[in-house]
Parts: sequence; structure tokens; C-alpha cells
Amino acid sequence: MNVKDQVIAIVAEQALLDPSDVTLESTPESLGIDSLGLVEAIFAIEETFDISVPFNANEPTEGDFDISSVAKIIAGIEKLMAEQKS
Amino acid sequence: MKRVVITGAGTINALGSDVPSTMQAMRDGHCGIGPLDFQDVDRLAIKIGGQVQGYEPDAHFNRQQLSLYDRFTQFTLLAARQAMAQSGIEFTGELADRSGVILGNSGGGLTTQDENFRAVYEDGKNRVHPFVVPKLMNNAAASHVSMEFNLRGPTFTVSTACASSNHAMGQAYQMVRSGMAPAMITGGSEAMLCFGGVKAWEGLRVMSKDACRPFSATRNGMVQGEGAGIFVFEDYDHAHARGADILAEVVGFAMSSDAADIVMPSKAGAARAISGALRDGQIDKTRVSYVNAHGTGTAANDKTECAAVADVFGAHADNLMISSTKSMHGHLIGGTGAVELLACLMALRDGIIAPTIGYEEPDPECALDVVPNVAREAKVDVVMSNAFAFGGLNAVMALARA
Repeated sequence: MNVKDQVIAIVAEQALLDPSDVTLESTPESLGIDSLGLVEAIFAIEETFDISVPFNANEPTEGDFDISSVAKIIAGIEKLMAEQKS
Repeated sequence: MKRVVITGAGTINALGSDVPSTMQAMRDGHCGIGPLDFQDVDRLAIKIGGQVQGYEPDAHFNRQQLSLYDRFTQFTLLAARQAMAQSGIEFTGELADRSGVILGNSGGGLTTQDENFRAVYEDGKNRVHPFVVPKLMNNAAASHVSMEFNLRGPTFTVSTACASSNHAMGQAYQMVRSGMAPAMITGGSEAMLCFGGVKAWEGLRVMSKDACRPFSATRNGMVQGEGAGIFVFEDYDHAHARGADILAEVVGFAMSSDAADIVMPSKAGAARAISGALRDGQIDKTRVSYVNAHGTGTAANDKTECAAVADVFGAHADNLMISSTKSMHGHLIGGTGAVELLACLMALRDGIIAPTIGYEEPDPECALDVVPNVAREAKVDVVMSNAFAFGGLNAVMALARA
């Protein structure tokens, strides 16, 4: 699985949806993922890609990691993988 | 003051996954203690316990729930579902706002703690699952019960080691009796059977390697158990008005502190709790026929407890039956008083006194009728349940036939 498919699988599992129901434009809110679910999804992303994601649940929009859509999450992961694996 | 009755009971423990199977096992003198099965058990000196066998979390909870429910919370919820179903009570409106959950527990999410310490210390991992804290906190079980059944009143967890659930049930009793709450879900749970949980107990050198034999001259220590016992305590008028089946009446409760030693029990402290419960319920001591003992199977507890019972009851002590069901289900630490209350309900409702199994040889320092090895039929009106904790904290409850 590529990064996109893995992220969609993680997000879909949190949202209790089929991966086919998750699009690149989906947002955590539109999928019904609450703050606790978001924290769990970030953990799953860290475990899956072996990266450290800067994310503070107190100010989810403030950090460098953009979680406003699935596409943004994928872009953020690819950037972190490039930085942290190099 | 309100009368307080029990209208629902639930359990899961080494003897069974519900109340009927647990009571049947107690009647049969069945031993639920066996070889422990978990990671690194080979590194323990103590390898036996009253472990819940054949338990499949996935059969009861979904993946999201399991990410938040430690084993002690799972046991609590399963027992609470049984108690709620039996009681038939539904918490809505003002009833929900005034009713709450008070549970006893000592170790909290010890399995969760153990697994995650192993991950960061032994496996060198640098991250843990985000729900470690809400999963391991001691009040998690009480909170999840309040959420599942919509109890919005006083809800908290009591932690007094081996007396936790008796203290919890005593608090629930007092709240219903005073009119503060029309009903309370109460009891306790424990799930300490993991490497770290047993290793810590091992250090104290009070554990038996082969069996729990309370009151027997051959006793050589306690054996840990796990599980939950949960009850619905309810204002008699409320229960009667809705036609609930009343399992028993709670008629007295008292607590005391030895104020003496952090681990050694005191006869005086235990006796003050027992006599206090009689006084609280204005119970003539000759009406008491059965005492469910704390009966841990340690040298110190059993002789101190027998001496305390003899002191309080005087000549009537010779007419009493006193048994320890820890010989069958092990010591559930913070949940033990709750599971042991089932033996009290069985005595009152079915006229069956649970035995002390594993009994081999009389001990002159435990010279009471300990109902050795075989259950007994007896019609009883008033029973008591003792719990004497490390820390010298004692809590004793008295129940009467409904």
C-alpha cells in the first residue's frame, strides 16, 4: 500500500467507515472523527510510518502538521518522512 | 432514614461468568485457582491464581471500546450489565441525576500499565497509545458504568486495598439510606494478574505457591484472583413501588482504622468494625448466623480475624458459621468484598453456606466453625461480610433476608 491508501485506511478505521467512503477532500469533521479519535489516528500514523508527528490536541490547527483534510495529512506525512528518514 | 435493598447482582470471576454459575461453584466447593497464563509467568516464583479463563474481550466489546477499557473496566461493565438486567431499573430524568456509581478498586489498569512499561522500558519504544491514561486511571470503570447506564449523580472510586469494595458499598449504602440517592451502582473489580502485578505481591512474601487454605493449620499464604462484583443498591420504597425482586436488605455498616501498622492486622481494629456494624444496624449479635470472612489464608490475618470475631460475639461465636470463599476464587484485592457478598446473598436467599475449601487441619488459633470443605444448608436471617485491608483499614457490612 502507498502512503495515500494507508492513510485512508487509518482514517476510515477511526471513522468506522469503508475506505471507499473516504476521499482526499474529506475532513476529520466531515467523517465524524472527534478529538480523541484524531489523537488515536495520529498515533496510528506515527506507528505505521515510523515518524514523529508534531501535534498538540490543545491547538490542533497551530502546529506544522496540517490535519484539515486527508490530502493535507498525506502531504504532511510525506514531508515528515523525507525530513526524519534523511 | 431509608431502608436499603439490593435489587441486582452481577459478576465475573474465576468461578464463573455470572452469578448463577459462581454460586453453583461455591455450592460445589469448586476451586477456580490454577496455573497463571500470561507473558513472562516463567519469571515468577508464584505461578498460581484465580484467573478468569476462556474470556474473549472481542465477544463483548468493539475495537474502539477495547482501546479505552482495561481488563478491570471490562470485568466491571460485564458484571454491571448483569446487575442492571436483573434489577430492571432504568436511569432517566431526576432518578438519573441523583443516582451514581461508587466502586472499589486498588490496582486500576495495572495490565495496561504493565504492557506499556514493557513497551517503553524493555522494548525501547518511544511512544505509547494515546489512551493509556484514561485506560489505566482507577476511576475509569466507575465512569464507564455511569456512561453506559446514564447515572449522573455522585460517582467515584474508593481505594483502600483489600477493603476497597466494602468501603465503596458502605458509602453507597449510606447515600441511599440518607435519602441522598435513590439508587446506586456499587461493588468493585480488580485485574492485577499480570507479570508486574504478581511480581509486586511476590516481594511481600505472603503468597502461597500451591493453594489458599484459610483457617487451616497448614495455610501458607494468599492467592490472588481477578474479576468484578457489581450490585444495584436501592431505596426499599423505590424498589417496592416498581415491583423489583429484592435479593437482600443491607442493614448495617461500619469502618475503622487500626492506626497501628501498615501491613499487620489488629484484632482491636477488626473487632471495632464488626461490632460497629452490629451497632449501626441495631442488630442483636445472636441473630447473626454467618460471617463471610476476610480469610486471606495468611498466618496473621486468619488468627487475628478469628480472635476479633470471638471477642465481638462471645459465646455466640461458637454458633456462628464463618467461611472464606477466597479459597475458591482467590483474593480479588479491591474487588474481593464485592464477589464475596455473593456468598452472603446465597446464604440469605438459598440457605446455602459456601465452604472454606482446602481445609486440612484445625488451627487452635482459628477455633471457629469455618464450614470446612463442604457447603452446608442453613436458614439464616442476618449475615456479615468482613474486609480488613493493608493499611489497617477495616470495613464490615451486614445483610438481612429480604
